[in-house]
Amino acid sequence: MADVTFTVDGKKLTAPAGTLLIEACRKAGIEIPAFCYYPGLSLQAACRMCVVRQEKVPKLQTACTTPVAEGQVFITESAEIAQARKSTIELLLGNHPLDCPVCDAGGECELQDMTFKYGAGESLYTEAKQHREEQQWSPAVFYDRPRCILCYRCVRMCGEGMDVWALGIQNRGARAVIAPNGGDQLDCEQCGMCIDVCPVGALTSGSYRYKTRPWEMNHVSTVCTHCADGCKVTLGVRQSNDGSTIIRADNRDKSGINGDFLCAKGRFGFDFVESGDRLTKPLVRDAQGKLESATWEHALRFAAARLKEIRDAKGGSSIGIIGSNTTTNEENYLLQKIARTVLGTNNIDHVRTADYATFSRALAGKASRTVGLRGIAEAPAILLVGSNPTDEHPLLAWELRADVRLNRARLYIANTAEIKLERQARAALRVPPAGYTQLTGYLAGGKSSISDTTFRDALLAEESLVVVIGPELSGATLQSLIEWGLGREHVKFALLGDFANSRGAADMGLSPDLLPGYVPVTAPGDYAAEYPNLPRAPGKSLPEMLSSKLGALLVVGADPVAQQNVAPDVLKSTFVIVQDLFLTETAAIADVVFPSASLYEKTGTVTNTYGDLQLAKKAADHAGVKTDFEILVRLADALGADINKLVPFGKSSVTADLGQSRGAQAGEADRHAVWLAAQGLEPKLSPFDPIAVLDEIERLVPGYKLDRLNLFCGNDVATEPGFVPVSALTATATIEPAHDGLFTSGLLSRYSPALKDLEKHQSAVPAVAVAD
Amino acid sequence: MTNETMSVFSTELSARFDKLVAKYPVRRSALVPMLLYAQDEVGYLSDAVIADVADRIGITELDVRNVATYYSMLRFKPAGKYNVQVCTNISCMLRGGYEIFEKFQDELGIGHKGVSTDGVFSLEEVECIGACCWAPAIQVNYDFHDDLTPEQVPGILEQYRAKAAQGGKNA
Amino acid sequence: MPKLVSHPDEVKIVSKRFGQGAANIDKYVELGGYDSAKKCLAQGPDWIINEMKASNLRGRGGAGFPTGMKWSFVPKQSAKPKYVLVNGDESEPGTCKDHLIFLHDPHSVIEGTIIAGLAIGAKLGFIYLRGEYRYLLEIMEKAVADAYEKGFLGKNIFGSDTEFNIITQSGAGAYEVGEESALMESLEGKRGVPRIKPPFPAVVGLYGGPTVINNAETIATVPHVIAMGGEAFAAVGTPRNGGTRLFGLSGHIAKPGVYELPMGYNLKKMIYEVGGGVRGGRGLKAVVPGGSSTPVLLPEEIENIGMDFDQVGKAGSMLGSGGVVVIDDQTCIVEFALRTISFYQHESCGWCIPCREGTDWLKKALTRFHAGFGVAKDIDNIQYLAENMMGRTFCPLGDAAAMPTLGFVKKFRKEFEDHLNGKPCPYAKHADLAVV
Ligand SMILES: Cc1cc2nc3c(=O)[nH]c(=O)nc-3n(C[C@H](O)[C@H](O)[C@H](O)COP(=O)(O)O)c2cc1C
Ligand code: SF4
Ligand code: FES
Repeated sequence: MADVTFTVDGKKLTAPAGTLLIEACRKAGIEIPAFCYYPGLSLQAACRMCVVRQEKVPKLQTACTTPVAEGQVFITESAEIAQARKSTIELLLGNHPLDCPVCDAGGECELQDMTFKYGAGESLYTEAKQHREEQQWSPAVFYDRPRCILCYRCVRMCGEGMDVWALGIQNRGARAVIAPNGGDQLDCEQCGMCIDVCPVGALTSGSYRYKTRPWEMNHVSTVCTHCADGCKVTLGVRQSNDGSTIIRADNRDKSGINGDFLCAKGRFGFDFVESGDRLTKPLVRDAQGKLESATWEHALRFAAARLKEIRDAKGGSSIGIIGSNTTTNEENYLLQKIARTVLGTNNIDHVRTADYATFSRALAGKASRTVGLRGIAEAPAILLVGSNPTDEHPLLAWELRADVRLNRARLYIANTAEIKLERQARAALRVPPAGYTQLTGYLAGGKSSISDTTFRDALLAEESLVVVIGPELSGATLQSLIEWGLGREHVKFALLGDFANSRGAADMGLSPDLLPGYVPVTAPGDYAAEYPNLPRAPGKSLPEMLSSKLGALLVVGADPVAQQNVAPDVLKSTFVIVQDLFLTETAAIADVVFPSASLYEKTGTVTNTYGDLQLAKKAADHAGVKTDFEILVRLADALGADINKLVPFGKSSVTADLGQSRGAQAGEADRHAVWLAAQGLEPKLSPFDPIAVLDEIERLVPGYKLDRLNLFCGNDVATEPGFVPVSALTATATIEPAHDGLFTSGLLSRYSPALKDLEKHQSAVPAVAVAD
Repeated sequence: MTNETMSVFSTELSARFDKLVAKYPVRRSALVPMLLYAQDEVGYLSDAVIADVADRIGITELDVRNVATYYSMLRFKPAGKYNVQVCTNISCMLRGGYEIFEKFQDELGIGHKGVSTDGVFSLEEVECIGACCWAPAIQVNYDFHDDLTPEQVPGILEQYRAKAAQGGKNA
Repeated sequence: MPKLVSHPDEVKIVSKRFGQGAANIDKYVELGGYDSAKKCLAQGPDWIINEMKASNLRGRGGAGFPTGMKWSFVPKQSAKPKYVLVNGDESEPGTCKDHLIFLHDPHSVIEGTIIAGLAIGAKLGFIYLRGEYRYLLEIMEKAVADAYEKGFLGKNIFGSDTEFNIITQSGAGAYEVGEESALMESLEGKRGVPRIKPPFPAVVGLYGGPTVINNAETIATVPHVIAMGGEAFAAVGTPRNGGTRLFGLSGHIAKPGVYELPMGYNLKKMIYEVGGGVRGGRGLKAVVPGGSSTPVLLPEEIENIGMDFDQVGKAGSMLGSGGVVVIDDQTCIVEFALRTISFYQHESCGWCIPCREGTDWLKKALTRFHAGFGVAKDIDNIQYLAENMMGRTFCPLGDAAAMPTLGFVKKFRKEFEDHLNGKPCPYAKHADLAVV
């Protein structure tokens, strides 16, 4: 819409005609208070806090429902307006408890802030307040009606935002209450969005309530460690006896790619970090065959000595490495670099949840044909193939719903099974079981067993299209779909994998045939000079490694024994080293186990499945553990590797450790490091500084030319996959989608009591009709 | 579709609902009257009534409850066979509405929203019922009685008691 | 059965068929019924709207908006179907006129709805009655069925190729549903919470289509306007206030009832001559001129008031729904104020803060106050909060609660003070008012 000019508090402002005054003002830095208004949700005009005076209009107007037009004149702060707001607050406080000191929302309550601002300090009310008992609706959500100001944000968020519609309003007038769909129980996705948007302490979080005061926490924005969507999550951290503890997760700064959104896993699933099952000491198998705790020094020396022995005796090809889907890019990069340059092997792989290699090969040489999550979120038309984002990619599902609702985007779905997002879809195509192979032919207009042509016609009429592809499509099927799209203008792609950094694992060369950036080991280009001794033949894939009785196996953050159903005695003669948070089934048979830090306890970058790169910042600290990065550096050091070559730290031979490795104090140093980095003064003073490796990644990995300042400011920055011509993929990739649901997260959720509780609650709530 | 034999409603009411939902441009428009008619037959909006109505309209039970709890004539607990609703709003109050209400309280031995032990009567103080010029007025179920004096109260109760004894249907 | 009353000053237009069995369609036709609809069918929309404008008929629901003008706001072309909505939610305390129309002259409502439909190009009308009016709903349903049978409704009304249908609808107890947009919500099967305006119903109303909504009396007046001609109707009333109106006299009046009097009829005369004065020869303390939401007038204020929208407005109150409630000098105004605010507290939909909390606060404060536990500051607080509700709520219900409250405290401050310091209510009858 055309821009219009209007006046607010004497200032001339410009905004597109029809913009809501409250939004136009916010953009111009004029804050208009509001309880009920929430961007992106339907309008209410119920709280009457946003009243403003409009010239020539007799009554005060609500800024949340006033569209701006040319020449309007508004006043947003005056004695009259302040009085209106003050009296509204006074009225509200009539029934609202005045016990802020013991309210869970004290210190982050919008009502408290407004009361302070408008000085409604005198209680005019002497009557008894309406009282109701607090209710627990689920393990995650508590409701306290007396504190509720009936702004209906929760109801709208649940219905409009989440498309779950589990909250309602019952009774009327002062007796009105918010009510859950299951009588006194909440049957929903347990995302906790209702808690998040509640401006007061009416909805509180089962996992956080009454644990602390908000100002006692440090709020660290990092990246969620669960699914591959990569939500920014703010962790509330407090000092504790053995480091610092995560008390809460939310997304208070709302600046991430997830905007307002966070799912149950992101919000409640951080508690695995504090699990009593965490490993805190290295373990070494003793002469009796028992795993016993050992010092780091001993464990490292022991592991390195055996590795060296095996490498020197049988060659690098007798060693295998299995990497992780949740470790950082820097750790993954370093892992493959150690494999290829220190251990001398291409036997490196990870559990592949999507065929990123084919994706990258199909797109080789085609710039600007992939799309990040922000691009999907505003795409006018989307084709979703072979996935159920509601369960597996909650953020994607949120964005697609919002795109349809707010931008009238057209969503097309081709899937073998019916999925919930079809409620938002303009058209849905039911693909026959195992029928994705026919999809390209169908789209291209050729013969296929799919007969519904209206779907195709509507799709082909779209001028531009974003194709979001689920992990069910891999290999030739994936390739042909992408080729079909490349044949049309304005078609872009995204591929859905699982886990926080699967894409990063693939991008960083945790593959037997591909170097970081999908550069073939057979044609290593720049890597030839960078990686002396790089073996030129592709190594063994994960299944091959497990079946070929290797001399040694280094497993970082993975559990192949459990995941691949390996019979334990297969690895009997293999020297196994495991780095993990828990004593997994693989760790249980290992010879050396190193206790590692979770993603919430380290700094580094991760790449979500859409190729958006974000900086994970260290939030918590767990005594005894080390980051995988540090463990790998120390292991390489013990192997006698030249650390300066491995990690290009200390520009002008400065090698002082500024404290990054110093346990409980490390957060401070990390923040300092981040600050330095943001100023362009990168420290890289320590070999344990992953940012040093980020430099190398940027230099060597095609597609990782980064907007650093933005990255270090906590924003997501785009990457593009390799785009180096990949000749052929030698390894036969087995793709194993995780199919995690709302409360499962691969190997982690079993250590999260919160997620287990939610899962249990959801399976137990009476089968009330959730709208779907 | 609701299976007729499973419905909590009589065949007649079920048939009426089938017609009702089809009558409007939008199915949901039948909701408010349907709840009232359902209550007339069943006596109150039980969980089963809510579930059945939700099913007939094609919305969630939560949705039905959101709406049902808004309207003051709808109730979620059984009332007496004859629900005595005494208006005490201004026009009635000025002409003795409270005296009428008190008389009913005395006669029935119950208060606001009470139900007599035999289940024949319940009593409610209600807002204006649109009979201000013939005040004080009451409604027994849907019957109006106007221009009342406390002395008439026993007679009114007697009339309905007799009806109840005959097994008369809800008025 | 509601009693019918009469007085020589009455000008019976809308009520002329009351008591004549006009609920029977043949009788209605015999009395000239449906002629206006036929005439309108022949004359077309522009003519109808011109007649309506000329009539100076103003809405009888309370706000007094000119009906012809309202109809003319409906866009001629519309992608969505248009609707006529008859508001028979009649719930404003002091008001029972629509009750008599549904009872005695249901076909006038149907005929008026047809005419409104012809004027705006709607094919469907709804007649919404409050849930308590079940027997009246049954009368209306029968009348609608009869009209279908005669071919006055349906695919080809009166043998023309014009279609018009009517659906009757029952509410289930909610004053707020009388508010036009809340009524639409209710009719769509939702909670009776009003909608954000603009857009106004004439542009986006029921099911998103342009909708004319009128009070039942307004609609029942329409056939008479057409029959008499707009100008002749206008001539009955005062400038800008055409015709007659059904005034309900209730409270401490000797001869309560619904009287049809010309707009502008003197209020004092209405009470003392038409209504026979204050019951039992008592003194007059105050008059609520137009339903419970209109501020009270003192005896000295009613001397020269003609009962039309403009004159009552000028006197600082409102003509509202035409429900005149007479209060004698032995009535406690605090109790009256409490009963009034209890009603609004009970009926507030709860959507917006000032109304939901304001009515709740006022009710609690007045309850305590009337029970003799008031302190001097309460009086100021009541006034302060009512003043701060005014004009700030989402819909006019908040104003409807605040306005009369302000009237009571400002005009009867002394009587409030008489309740202070543990003094029992000087008129104590129901100091322990039951709480609805
Ligand atoms: C709280 C509230 C309650 C109302 N109740 C009624 C009502 O019961 N009947 C009615 O006709 N109008 C009622 N109105 C007025 C309607 O909103 C609307 O103005 C009217 O139906 C329009 O018809 P008219 O122009 O013919 O008066 C109410 C308004 C408000 C704000
Ligand atoms: S003013 Fe009252 S009735 Fe109107 S919207 Fe607000 S709460 Fe509801
Ligand atoms: S934000 Fe405008 S009324 Fe609440």
